[in-house]
Amino acid sequence: MGEVIVITSGKGGVGKTTTTANVGTGLAMLGKKVVLIDTDIGLRNLDVVMGLENRIVYNLVDVVENTCRIKQALIKDKRYENLYLLPSAQTKDKTAVSPEQMKKLADELKEEFDYILMDCPAGIEQGFKNAIAGADRALIVTTPEVSAVRDADRIIGLLEANEIRDNHLIVNRLRTDMVKEGNMLSSDDVVEILAVDLIGVVPDDEQIVIATNTGEPLVGSDSKAGKAYMNICKRVLGEEVPFLDLEETKGFFEKFKAIFKRS
Amino acid sequence: MGLLSNFFRGSENSSDIAKNRLKVAITSDRAVCSPEIMEQMKIDIIQVISKYLDIDTDGLDIRMTKTELEDSNQTINALLANIPIREDSRNFRKNR
Repeated sequence: MGEVIVITSGKGGVGKTTTTANVGTGLAMLGKKVVLIDTDIGLRNLDVVMGLENRIVYNLVDVVENTCRIKQALIKDKRYENLYLLPSAQTKDKTAVSPEQMKKLADELKEEFDYILMDCPAGIEQGFKNAIAGADRALIVTTPEVSAVRDADRIIGLLEANEIRDNHLIVNRLRTDMVKEGNMLSSDDVVEILAVDLIGVVPDDEQIVIATNTGEPLVGSDSKAGKAYMNICKRVLGEEVPFLDLEETKGFFEKFKAIFKRS
Repeated sequence: MGLLSNFFRGSENSSDIAKNRLKVAITSDRAVCSPEIMEQMKIDIIQVISKYLDIDTDGLDIRMTKTELEDSNQTINALLANIPIREDSRNFRKNR
């Protein structure tokens, strides 16, 4: 029996889709059979982040409306054969699918897959309700900003109200240099405010932009973000992994330059 | 810039400001009731209790809090009401 994980945040643009792509790919790298579902109907994104946009034939709405069978709509990943994507529809809107239908779909996929990852749209309306309908647990993505943290708190409340209590927090796009200067909330600050267990801290890493450009998730790569995502995957599987030291390891010359840049 | 401007601005840096603002915003977000409903409920509670006890309505304090359940680690919302009773409450009842 598989497990359904919803990746959600409330606020848009904090990295839900990137997180879904990387955590999903990482779990597949660790040998799990994984399907990623883009539940953002009308604003399809996960396919381009995964680099699979050219292979779409059927989508989530087709499956729910029985236009095709589930298997026909699943797209196999380019690199990992135990990783699949169920893309969203681009021409419909959120009302094309109901929470009951999503729950039924999730239950069916649980028979076949170890992990079903739901990429949730921003907001708390129907799209959110659809995405969490069949979820067993949630990964809440936030950035260390007041707006994102506040929305995350609202989302946690709504998840709990819907009996989803196995919730973990990912603090995304953290900049250690700014935290040190006292100009950015630390991951500890965010955890203290939200009172949810932390499952990962992903540094602000330009490699993420490059990975999205090319449509190849960077999980498992040597970059800081790549390592952080792989650690999150291991923790999702229940492994205890120490948190990365995200401190910049600067050479003497860079440190020297940094002093001058500051003043 | 960083060090100097921090020095002149005093001890509080922007992440502390963010943290404090968030705590306040989130506390009020988490309250189950809007201020209007709380006020209405307060009036109703005063009405009901006044039937039986002489209470000090000025010293009355009703608010939403979080409390931890004894037998589990779950925290739940709780309505906390502190309703001071006037000294001569017994006479109040007798007189009715």
